[in-house]
Amino acid sequence: MKADSGVDLGEHLSPERAAPRRRSPLSAFLSAVGAIVWKDLAAELRSRELLSAMLVFAILVIFIFNFALELDAKTRSNVTAGILWVTFAFAGSLGLNRSMAIEKDRGCIDGLLLAPVDRSAIYFGKTIGNLIFMLIVVAIVIPIYSILYNINLFNPGLLLVIFLGSIGFVTVGTLLASMAVQTRTRDILLPILLFPVEIPVFIAAVKASMGFLQGLEMSEIMPWINLLIVYDVVFTAVAFMLFDYVVEE
Amino acid sequence: MIHPDTNAPEVIGDTHPEVARAPAPPIVSPVISVTKLVKRFGLKTVLRGVNFKVDAGEFVALLGPNGAGKTTFLRILASLSRPAMGEVRVAGYRLPGQAAAVRRRLGVVSHLPLLYGDLTAEENLRFYGRMYGINAPRERVAEVLELVGLTPRRRDLVRTYSRGMQQRLAIGRAVLHDPEVMLFDEPHTGLDQDACVMLDSVMREVAARGRTVVMTSHDLSRAADLATRFDVLSRGVIVASVGRDEIEPDELLGFYRRSLKETGKGKSKTKEAKNES
Repeated sequence: MKADSGVDLGEHLSPERAAPRRRSPLSAFLSAVGAIVWKDLAAELRSRELLSAMLVFAILVIFIFNFALELDAKTRSNVTAGILWVTFAFAGSLGLNRSMAIEKDRGCIDGLLLAPVDRSAIYFGKTIGNLIFMLIVVAIVIPIYSILYNINLFNPGLLLVIFLGSIGFVTVGTLLASMAVQTRTRDILLPILLFPVEIPVFIAAVKASMGFLQGLEMSEIMPWINLLIVYDVVFTAVAFMLFDYVVEE
Repeated sequence: MIHPDTNAPEVIGDTHPEVARAPAPPIVSPVISVTKLVKRFGLKTVLRGVNFKVDAGEFVALLGPNGAGKTTFLRILASLSRPAMGEVRVAGYRLPGQAAAVRRRLGVVSHLPLLYGDLTAEENLRFYGRMYGINAPRERVAEVLELVGLTPRRRDLVRTYSRGMQQRLAIGRAVLHDPEVMLFDEPHTGLDQDACVMLDSVMREVAARGRTVVMTSHDLSRAADLATRFDVLSRGVIVASVGRDEIEPDELLGFYRRSLKETGKGKSKTKEAKNES
Protein backbone atom coordinates (compact mmCIF):
# COMPACT_ATOMS: atom_id res chain seq x y z
CA MET A 1 0.00 0.00 0.00
CA LYS A 2 1.41 3.33 -1.04
CA ALA A 3 1.06 6.33 1.26
CA ASP A 4 0.76 9.94 0.07
CA SER A 5 4.31 10.45 1.25
CA GLY A 6 5.47 7.81 -1.20
CA VAL A 7 6.34 5.41 1.60
CA ASP A 8 5.15 1.86 1.13
CA LEU A 9 4.37 0.60 4.59
CA GLY A 10 3.32 -2.84 3.48
CA GLU A 11 6.76 -3.35 2.01
CA HIS A 12 8.68 -2.06 4.99
CA LEU A 13 6.84 -3.47 8.00
CA SER A 14 7.32 -7.09 8.94
CA PRO A 15 5.45 -8.13 12.11
CA GLU A 16 7.75 -11.14 12.69
CA ARG A 17 10.71 -8.86 13.35
CA ALA A 18 8.63 -6.74 15.72
CA ALA A 19 7.24 -9.71 17.62
CA PRO A 20 8.44 -10.05 21.22
CA ARG A 21 11.39 -12.36 21.77
CA ARG A 22 10.65 -15.37 23.99
CA ARG A 23 12.65 -14.96 27.17
CA SER A 24 12.35 -15.37 30.90
CA PRO A 25 11.03 -12.48 33.03
CA LEU A 26 14.45 -12.17 34.68
CA SER A 27 16.18 -11.93 31.32
CA ALA A 28 13.67 -9.28 30.17
CA PHE A 29 14.22 -7.37 33.42
CA LEU A 30 18.02 -7.45 33.14
CA SER A 31 17.88 -6.51 29.47
CA ALA A 32 15.76 -3.43 30.29
CA VAL A 33 18.11 -2.45 33.14
CA GLY A 34 21.10 -2.85 30.80
CA ALA A 35 19.39 -0.83 28.06
CA ILE A 36 18.73 2.09 30.41
CA VAL A 37 22.29 2.08 31.78
CA TRP A 38 23.68 1.95 28.22
CA LYS A 39 21.36 4.78 27.13
CA ASP A 40 22.40 7.01 30.07
CA LEU A 41 26.11 6.38 29.48
CA ALA A 42 25.88 6.88 25.71
CA ALA A 43 23.91 10.12 26.07
CA GLU A 44 26.33 11.42 28.72
CA LEU A 45 29.35 10.52 26.59
CA ARG A 46 27.93 12.85 23.91
CA SER A 47 26.70 15.76 26.00
CA ARG A 48 29.01 15.57 29.07
CA GLU A 49 26.50 17.89 30.76
CA LEU A 50 25.94 15.89 33.90
CA LEU A 51 29.50 14.79 34.67
CA SER A 52 31.06 18.16 33.89
CA ALA A 53 28.59 19.96 36.18
CA MET A 54 29.18 17.47 39.00
CA LEU A 55 32.95 17.56 38.60
CA VAL A 56 33.34 21.32 38.38
CA PHE A 57 31.11 21.75 41.41
CA ALA A 58 32.97 19.09 43.44
CA ILE A 59 36.39 20.52 42.62
CA LEU A 60 35.24 24.06 43.46
CA VAL A 61 33.95 22.90 46.84
CA ILE A 62 37.24 21.26 47.84
CA PHE A 63 39.19 24.31 46.61
CA ILE A 64 36.98 26.66 48.63
CA PHE A 65 37.35 24.53 51.78
CA ASN A 66 41.11 24.35 51.24
CA PHE A 67 41.57 28.12 51.04
CA ALA A 68 38.85 29.10 53.50
CA LEU A 69 39.87 26.87 56.40
CA GLU A 70 43.72 26.96 56.18
CA LEU A 71 44.03 23.81 58.28
CA ASP A 72 47.06 22.42 60.08
CA ALA A 73 48.00 18.77 59.51
CA LYS A 74 46.14 17.36 62.56
CA THR A 75 42.90 19.24 62.02
CA ARG A 76 43.05 18.36 58.34
CA SER A 77 42.80 14.64 59.04
CA ASN A 78 39.87 15.30 61.40
CA VAL A 79 37.80 17.28 58.93
CA THR A 80 38.69 15.42 55.74
CA ALA A 81 35.79 12.95 56.01
CA GLY A 82 33.30 15.77 56.54
CA ILE A 83 34.60 17.84 53.61
CA LEU A 84 34.60 14.79 51.34
CA TRP A 85 31.00 13.85 52.12
CA VAL A 86 29.73 17.43 51.86
CA THR A 87 31.37 17.55 48.42
CA PHE A 88 29.90 14.22 47.31
CA ALA A 89 26.44 15.07 48.64
CA PHE A 90 26.13 18.41 46.85
CA ALA A 91 27.72 17.23 43.62
CA GLY A 92 25.57 14.09 43.76
CA SER A 93 22.31 16.03 44.19
CA LEU A 94 23.26 18.13 41.14
CA GLY A 95 23.75 14.94 39.13
CA LEU A 96 20.50 13.34 40.32
CA ASN A 97 18.51 16.42 39.36
CA ARG A 98 20.07 16.55 35.90
CA SER A 99 19.69 12.82 35.33
CA MET A 100 15.91 12.96 35.87
CA ALA A 101 15.52 16.32 34.10
CA ILE A 102 16.87 14.65 30.92
CA GLU A 103 14.03 12.12 31.18
CA LYS A 104 11.43 14.84 31.70
CA ASP A 105 12.60 17.28 29.01
CA ARG A 106 11.21 15.57 25.91
CA GLY A 107 8.71 13.41 27.72
CA CYS A 108 11.19 10.52 27.72
CA ILE A 109 10.02 9.36 31.13
CA ASP A 110 6.67 8.55 29.50
CA GLY A 111 8.54 6.62 26.81
CA LEU A 112 10.19 4.52 29.53
CA LEU A 113 6.93 4.04 31.43
CA LEU A 114 5.18 2.87 28.25
CA ALA A 115 7.62 -0.03 27.83
CA PRO A 116 6.15 -3.43 28.79
CA VAL A 117 8.73 -4.07 31.51
CA ASP A 118 8.49 -4.13 35.27
CA ARG A 119 8.83 -0.50 36.32
CA SER A 120 11.41 -1.40 38.92
CA ALA A 121 13.72 -2.15 35.95
CA ILE A 122 13.52 1.56 35.11
CA TYR A 123 14.39 2.43 38.69
CA PHE A 124 17.37 0.05 38.83
CA GLY A 125 18.60 1.19 35.41
CA LYS A 126 18.52 4.84 36.46
CA THR A 127 20.07 4.04 39.87
CA ILE A 128 22.97 2.09 38.36
CA GLY A 129 23.57 4.89 35.83
CA ASN A 130 23.57 7.52 38.60
CA LEU A 131 25.90 5.36 40.73
CA ILE A 132 28.37 5.09 37.85
CA PHE A 133 28.38 8.89 37.42
CA MET A 134 28.83 9.36 41.16
CA LEU A 135 31.76 6.91 41.26
CA ILE A 136 33.42 8.60 38.28
CA VAL A 137 33.26 11.91 40.17
CA VAL A 138 34.65 10.20 43.29
CA ALA A 139 37.49 8.67 41.26
CA ILE A 140 38.53 12.10 40.00
CA VAL A 141 37.95 14.06 43.22
CA ILE A 142 39.93 11.73 45.51
CA PRO A 143 43.35 12.19 43.82
CA ILE A 144 42.80 15.96 43.59
CA TYR A 145 41.84 16.08 47.26
CA SER A 146 44.86 13.96 48.22
CA ILE A 147 47.20 16.38 46.44
CA LEU A 148 45.56 19.57 47.75
CA TYR A 149 45.28 18.45 51.38
CA ASN A 150 48.41 16.26 51.37
CA ILE A 151 46.49 13.24 52.72
CA ASN A 152 46.59 9.70 51.37
CA LEU A 153 42.98 8.72 50.65
CA PHE A 154 43.81 5.50 48.80
CA ASN A 155 42.81 3.33 51.74
CA PRO A 156 40.78 0.21 50.77
CA GLY A 157 38.57 0.61 53.85
CA LEU A 158 37.83 4.24 53.00
CA LEU A 159 37.08 3.35 49.38
CA LEU A 160 34.63 0.67 50.59
CA VAL A 161 32.88 3.25 52.79
CA ILE A 162 32.66 5.67 49.87
CA PHE A 163 31.19 2.90 47.70
CA LEU A 164 28.58 1.90 50.30
CA GLY A 165 27.73 5.53 51.06
CA SER A 166 27.33 6.29 47.36
CA ILE A 167 24.92 3.35 46.97
CA GLY A 168 22.81 4.66 49.86
CA PHE A 169 22.87 8.18 48.47
CA VAL A 170 21.93 7.18 44.92
CA THR A 171 19.30 4.60 45.95
CA VAL A 172 17.21 7.14 47.84
CA GLY A 173 18.24 10.02 45.57
CA THR A 174 16.95 8.37 42.39
CA LEU A 175 13.59 7.63 43.98
CA LEU A 176 13.21 11.17 45.34
CA ALA A 177 14.46 12.73 42.08
CA SER A 178 11.71 10.77 40.26
CA MET A 179 9.21 12.41 42.60
CA ALA A 180 10.73 15.89 42.46
CA VAL A 181 10.97 15.92 38.66
CA GLN A 182 7.16 15.89 38.41
CA THR A 183 7.01 19.28 40.14
CA ARG A 184 7.83 22.78 38.88
CA THR A 185 10.23 23.42 41.78
CA ARG A 186 12.27 20.26 41.18
CA ASP A 187 15.69 21.98 41.55
CA ILE A 188 14.84 23.26 45.01
CA LEU A 189 12.68 20.36 46.09
CA LEU A 190 15.20 17.53 45.63
CA PRO A 191 17.80 18.68 48.23
CA ILE A 192 14.99 19.54 50.66
CA LEU A 193 13.57 16.03 50.36
CA LEU A 194 16.88 14.24 50.00
CA PHE A 195 19.20 15.51 52.72
CA PRO A 196 16.95 14.78 55.75
CA VAL A 197 16.40 11.19 54.55
CA GLU A 198 20.13 10.77 53.91
CA ILE A 199 21.21 11.87 57.40
CA PRO A 200 21.88 8.25 58.55
CA VAL A 201 24.07 7.68 55.48
CA PHE A 202 26.05 10.87 56.05
CA ILE A 203 26.58 10.22 59.75
CA ALA A 204 27.62 6.59 59.21
CA ALA A 205 29.80 7.42 56.19
CA VAL A 206 31.57 10.34 57.91
CA LYS A 207 32.20 8.34 61.10
CA ALA A 208 33.48 5.28 59.22
CA SER A 209 35.64 7.41 56.89
CA MET A 210 37.09 9.28 59.86
CA GLY A 211 37.81 5.97 61.58
CA PHE A 212 39.86 4.73 58.62
CA LEU A 213 41.69 8.05 58.21
CA GLN A 214 42.62 8.16 61.92
CA GLY A 215 43.59 4.47 61.98
CA LEU A 216 40.98 3.37 64.55
CA GLU A 217 40.33 -0.29 65.38
CA MET A 218 37.96 -2.18 63.02
CA SER A 219 35.69 -2.92 65.99
CA GLU A 220 35.03 0.82 66.31
CA ILE A 221 34.38 1.27 62.60
CA MET A 222 32.27 -1.83 61.92
CA PRO A 223 29.00 -0.57 63.49
CA TRP A 224 29.03 2.36 61.06
CA ILE A 225 29.74 0.08 58.08
CA ASN A 226 26.93 -2.22 59.22
CA LEU A 227 24.59 0.76 59.44
CA LEU A 228 25.51 1.71 55.85
CA ILE A 229 24.84 -1.83 54.62
CA VAL A 230 21.48 -2.01 56.41
CA TYR A 231 20.49 1.40 55.06
CA ASP A 232 21.44 0.36 51.51
CA VAL A 233 19.44 -2.88 51.70
CA VAL A 234 16.37 -1.35 53.37
CA PHE A 235 16.11 1.65 51.07
CA THR A 236 16.74 -0.41 47.94
CA ALA A 237 13.79 -2.59 48.94
CA VAL A 238 11.63 0.46 49.80
CA ALA A 239 12.46 2.18 46.50
CA PHE A 240 11.77 -1.08 44.59
CA MET A 241 8.27 -1.19 46.10
CA LEU A 242 7.46 2.51 45.83
CA PHE A 243 8.81 3.48 42.40
CA ASP A 244 5.69 2.40 40.50
CA TYR A 245 3.48 4.62 42.70
CA VAL A 246 5.92 7.54 42.56
CA VAL A 247 6.00 7.75 38.77
CA GLU A 248 2.35 7.06 38.02
CA GLU A 249 -0.22 9.88 38.18
CA MET B 1 -19.43 -1.53 39.91
CA ILE B 2 -19.42 -3.69 36.85
CA HIS B 3 -18.36 -7.29 37.18
CA PRO B 4 -15.32 -7.87 34.94
CA ASP B 5 -16.58 -11.21 33.66
CA THR B 6 -19.91 -9.88 32.47
CA ASN B 7 -18.14 -7.13 30.55
CA ALA B 8 -15.26 -9.16 29.22
CA PRO B 9 -14.64 -8.39 25.55
CA GLU B 10 -15.68 -10.92 22.98
CA VAL B 11 -12.61 -12.82 21.75
CA ILE B 12 -12.67 -13.24 17.99
CA GLY B 13 -9.37 -15.15 17.72
CA ASP B 14 -8.81 -18.82 18.47
CA THR B 15 -7.40 -18.53 21.98
CA HIS B 16 -7.58 -16.00 24.76
CA PRO B 17 -4.21 -14.33 25.37
CA GLU B 18 -2.63 -15.75 28.50
CA VAL B 19 0.55 -13.78 28.76
CA ALA B 20 1.83 -10.40 27.73
CA ARG B 21 4.49 -11.99 25.49
CA ALA B 22 2.04 -13.89 23.33
CA PRO B 23 3.39 -13.59 19.76
CA ALA B 24 0.06 -13.42 17.93
CA PRO B 25 -2.61 -11.93 20.18
CA PRO B 26 -6.19 -12.55 19.08
CA ILE B 27 -8.34 -9.62 18.01
CA VAL B 28 -10.80 -8.67 20.76
CA SER B 29 -13.86 -6.58 20.28
CA PRO B 30 -14.26 -3.92 21.50
CA VAL B 31 -10.53 -3.24 21.55
CA ILE B 32 -11.03 -0.36 23.97
CA SER B 33 -13.80 -0.49 26.52
CA VAL B 34 -14.20 2.21 29.17
CA THR B 35 -17.08 2.23 31.64
CA LYS B 36 -17.96 5.01 34.10
CA LEU B 37 -14.38 6.27 34.22
CA VAL B 38 -13.64 8.91 36.83
CA LYS B 39 -10.31 10.67 37.32
CA ARG B 40 -9.51 13.20 40.01
CA PHE B 41 -6.44 15.34 40.65
CA GLY B 42 -6.80 16.34 44.29
CA LEU B 43 -10.19 18.03 44.63
CA LYS B 44 -10.56 18.59 40.89
CA THR B 45 -12.53 15.98 38.97
CA VAL B 46 -11.24 15.86 35.40
CA LEU B 47 -13.21 12.89 34.05
CA ARG B 48 -16.78 12.41 35.33
CA GLY B 49 -17.97 8.97 34.27
CA VAL B 50 -16.70 8.49 30.72
CA ASN B 51 -18.18 5.59 28.72
CA PHE B 52 -16.26 4.79 25.56
CA LYS B 53 -15.95 1.80 23.24
CA VAL B 54 -13.80 1.35 20.16
CA ASP B 55 -14.07 -1.65 17.86
CA ALA B 56 -11.12 -3.23 16.07
CA GLY B 57 -9.94 -1.20 13.10
CA GLU B 58 -11.87 1.95 14.05
CA PHE B 59 -10.19 5.38 13.86
CA VAL B 60 -11.76 7.59 16.52
CA ALA B 61 -11.10 11.31 16.72
CA LEU B 62 -11.63 12.59 20.23
CA LEU B 63 -12.52 16.26 19.97
CA GLY B 64 -12.98 18.81 22.69
CA PRO B 65 -11.93 22.21 23.99
CA ASN B 66 -8.82 22.80 26.10
CA GLY B 67 -9.22 21.33 29.58
CA ALA B 68 -11.93 18.90 28.52
CA GLY B 69 -9.82 15.97 29.76
CA LYS B 70 -8.68 14.52 26.41
CA THR B 71 -5.02 14.11 27.36
CA THR B 72 -5.89 12.75 30.81
CA PHE B 73 -8.20 10.22 29.16
CA LEU B 74 -5.50 9.11 26.72
CA ARG B 75 -2.94 8.86 29.52
CA ILE B 76 -5.27 6.50 31.37
CA LEU B 77 -5.67 4.36 28.24
CA ALA B 78 -1.87 4.35 27.92
CA SER B 79 -1.51 3.16 31.55
CA LEU B 80 0.39 6.33 32.47
CA SER B 81 -2.32 7.45 34.86
CA ARG B 82 -4.52 5.51 37.29
CA PRO B 83 -8.29 5.86 37.15
CA ALA B 84 -10.02 6.85 40.39
CA MET B 85 -13.13 4.80 39.52
CA GLY B 86 -14.56 2.82 36.63
CA GLU B 87 -13.35 0.04 34.41
CA VAL B 88 -10.83 0.36 31.58
CA ARG B 89 -9.95 -2.48 29.22
CA VAL B 90 -7.54 -2.28 26.31
CA ALA B 91 -7.03 -5.22 23.93
CA GLY B 92 -8.91 -7.38 26.42
CA TYR B 93 -6.67 -6.52 29.38
CA ARG B 94 -7.83 -4.62 32.45
CA LEU B 95 -6.10 -1.43 33.59
CA PRO B 96 -4.23 -0.79 35.81
CA GLY B 97 -4.00 -4.47 36.88
CA GLN B 98 -2.67 -5.85 33.58
CA ALA B 99 -0.80 -2.73 32.50
CA ALA B 100 2.30 -4.54 31.17
CA ALA B 101 0.16 -6.62 28.77
CA VAL B 102 -1.64 -3.46 27.61
CA ARG B 103 1.63 -1.59 27.06
CA ARG B 104 2.90 -4.41 24.84
CA ARG B 105 -0.05 -3.75 22.52
CA LEU B 106 -0.01 0.05 22.57
CA GLY B 107 1.81 2.65 20.51
CA VAL B 108 1.65 6.23 21.76
CA VAL B 109 2.49 9.43 19.91
CA SER B 110 2.09 12.72 21.75
CA HIS B 111 3.14 16.28 20.95
CA LEU B 112 6.40 15.50 22.79
CA PRO B 113 8.67 13.10 20.86
CA LEU B 114 9.69 10.90 23.86
CA LEU B 115 13.14 10.66 22.28
CA TYR B 116 16.64 11.34 23.61
CA GLY B 117 18.27 14.33 21.94
CA ASP B 118 21.82 13.11 22.64
CA LEU B 119 21.29 9.77 20.91
CA THR B 120 21.02 9.20 17.17
CA ALA B 121 17.75 8.10 15.57
CA GLU B 122 19.14 4.58 15.23
CA GLU B 123 20.29 4.48 18.86
CA ASN B 124 16.93 5.76 20.09
CA LEU B 125 15.04 3.04 18.22
CA ARG B 126 17.50 0.33 19.28
CA PHE B 127 17.07 1.42 22.87
CA TYR B 128 13.29 1.19 22.63
CA GLY B 129 13.67 -2.10 20.74
CA ARG B 130 15.53 -3.53 23.73
CA MET B 131 12.92 -2.15 26.13
CA TYR B 132 10.15 -3.88 24.13
CA GLY B 133 12.24 -7.04 23.69
CA ILE B 134 11.56 -7.23 19.95
CA ASN B 135 12.71 -10.23 17.95
CA ALA B 136 15.15 -8.77 15.44
CA PRO B 137 15.96 -5.25 16.65
CA ARG B 138 18.62 -4.40 14.07
CA GLU B 139 16.49 -5.33 11.05
CA ARG B 140 13.32 -3.89 12.56
CA VAL B 141 15.00 -0.54 13.33
CA ALA B 142 16.27 -0.37 9.75
CA GLU B 143 12.81 -0.98 8.29
CA VAL B 144 11.11 1.48 10.64
CA LEU B 145 13.67 4.17 9.75
CA GLU B 146 12.92 3.45 6.11
CA LEU B 147 9.22 3.72 6.85
CA VAL B 148 9.47 7.20 8.34
CA GLY B 149 11.98 8.33 5.72
CA LEU B 150 14.90 8.92 8.07
CA THR B 151 17.41 6.32 6.83
CA PRO B 152 19.78 8.94 5.37
CA ARG B 153 19.93 10.73 8.73
CA ARG B 154 19.86 7.68 10.99
CA ARG B 155 23.28 8.47 12.50
CA ASP B 156 22.50 12.12 13.31
CA LEU B 157 21.71 13.17 16.85
CA VAL B 158 17.99 13.66 17.37
CA ARG B 159 18.55 17.15 18.82
CA THR B 160 19.73 18.28 15.36
CA TYR B 161 16.39 17.20 13.80
CA SER B 162 13.58 19.57 12.87
CA ARG B 163 10.29 19.27 14.77
CA GLY B 164 8.74 17.44 11.82
CA MET B 165 11.58 14.90 11.66
CA GLN B 166 11.37 14.33 15.41
CA GLN B 167 7.66 13.65 15.10
CA ARG B 168 8.27 11.19 12.26
CA LEU B 169 10.83 9.40 14.40
CA ALA B 170 8.32 9.46 17.28
CA ILE B 171 5.89 7.58 15.04
CA GLY B 172 8.68 5.14 14.20
CA ARG B 173 9.22 4.61 17.92
CA ALA B 174 5.50 4.05 18.44
CA VAL B 175 5.14 1.43 15.66
CA LEU B 176 8.46 -0.31 16.40
CA HIS B 177 6.79 -3.20 18.26
CA ASP B 178 3.87 -3.39 15.78
CA PRO B 179 1.13 -2.46 18.27
CA GLU B 180 -2.56 -3.26 17.82
CA VAL B 181 -3.73 0.06 19.22
CA MET B 182 -2.32 3.49 18.45
CA LEU B 183 -2.99 6.55 20.60
CA PHE B 184 -2.19 9.96 19.11
CA ASP B 185 -2.37 12.91 21.48
CA GLU B 186 -2.57 16.09 19.40
CA PRO B 187 0.17 14.84 17.12
CA HIS B 188 0.02 17.81 14.74
CA THR B 189 1.00 20.36 17.41
CA GLY B 190 3.92 22.49 16.22
CA LEU B 191 4.26 20.80 12.83
CA ASP B 192 4.49 22.65 9.52
CA GLN B 193 2.20 21.82 6.60
CA ASP B 194 4.54 19.30 4.95
CA ALA B 195 5.17 17.48 8.22
CA CYS B 196 1.41 17.36 8.88
CA VAL B 197 0.81 15.78 5.46
CA MET B 198 3.53 13.21 6.11
CA LEU B 199 2.12 12.48 9.55
CA ASP B 200 -1.41 12.11 8.14
CA SER B 201 -0.24 9.67 5.51
CA VAL B 202 1.54 7.53 8.10
CA MET B 203 -1.53 7.61 10.36
CA ARG B 204 -3.77 6.65 7.46
CA GLU B 205 -1.45 3.76 6.67
CA VAL B 206 -1.40 2.59 10.27
CA ALA B 207 -5.23 2.57 10.26
CA ALA B 208 -5.34 0.85 6.86
CA ARG B 209 -3.29 -2.00 8.30
CA GLY B 210 -6.18 -2.79 10.64
CA ARG B 211 -4.82 -0.99 13.68
CA THR B 212 -7.26 0.66 16.06
CA VAL B 213 -6.53 4.36 16.42
CA VAL B 214 -7.66 6.99 18.92
CA MET B 215 -6.52 10.54 18.20
CA THR B 216 -7.19 13.70 20.18
CA SER B 217 -7.16 16.86 18.11
CA HIS B 218 -8.23 20.47 17.90
CA ASP B 219 -7.94 20.37 14.13
CA LEU B 220 -11.41 19.42 12.91
CA SER B 221 -10.50 19.38 9.22
CA ARG B 222 -7.70 16.87 9.79
CA ALA B 223 -9.93 14.81 12.06
CA ALA B 224 -12.65 14.81 9.39
CA ASP B 225 -10.10 13.66 6.86
CA LEU B 226 -8.71 10.79 8.93
CA ALA B 227 -11.25 9.41 11.40
CA THR B 228 -14.14 7.00 10.99
CA ARG B 229 -15.87 8.24 14.14
CA PHE B 230 -15.95 11.54 16.01
CA ASP B 231 -16.52 11.76 19.76
CA VAL B 232 -16.79 15.06 21.61
CA LEU B 233 -15.42 15.22 25.14
CA SER B 234 -16.53 18.20 27.19
CA ARG B 235 -16.22 18.87 30.92
CA GLY B 236 -15.04 15.32 31.55
CA VAL B 237 -17.81 13.43 29.75
CA ILE B 238 -18.38 12.29 26.18
CA VAL B 239 -21.33 14.43 25.09
CA ALA B 240 -21.73 13.33 21.48
CA SER B 241 -20.57 10.67 19.05
CA VAL B 242 -21.14 10.34 15.33
CA GLY B 243 -19.85 8.02 12.63
CA ARG B 244 -18.26 9.28 9.42
CA ASP B 245 -21.09 7.75 7.38
CA GLU B 246 -23.64 9.73 9.38
CA ILE B 247 -22.18 13.16 8.74
CA GLU B 248 -20.68 15.12 5.85
CA PRO B 249 -17.10 16.32 6.49
CA ASP B 250 -18.16 19.98 6.17
CA GLU B 251 -20.85 19.47 8.82
CA LEU B 252 -18.35 18.40 11.49
CA LEU B 253 -17.70 21.92 12.77
CA GLY B 254 -21.43 22.51 13.18
CA PHE B 255 -21.85 19.16 14.92
CA TYR B 256 -18.93 19.96 17.26
CA ARG B 257 -20.28 23.42 18.15
CA ARG B 258 -23.79 22.12 18.69
CA SER B 259 -22.50 19.36 20.98
CA LEU B 260 -20.58 21.84 23.13
CA LYS B 261 -23.46 24.33 23.17
CA GLU B 262 -25.95 21.68 24.23
CA THR B 263 -23.71 20.63 27.11
CA GLY B 264 -23.41 24.25 28.17
CA LYS B 265 -27.20 24.69 27.96
CA GLY B 266 -27.73 21.48 29.86
CA LYS B 267 -25.51 22.79 32.63
CA SER B 268 -27.24 26.16 32.81
CA LYS B 269 -30.67 24.51 32.78
CA THR B 270 -29.65 22.38 35.73
CA LYS B 271 -28.42 25.47 37.58
CA GLU B 272 -31.66 27.33 36.81
CA ALA B 273 -33.71 24.37 38.04
CA LYS B 274 -31.68 24.28 41.26
CA ASN B 275 -32.18 28.03 41.79
CA GLU B 276 -35.92 27.76 41.23
CA SER B 277 -36.26 24.94 43.71
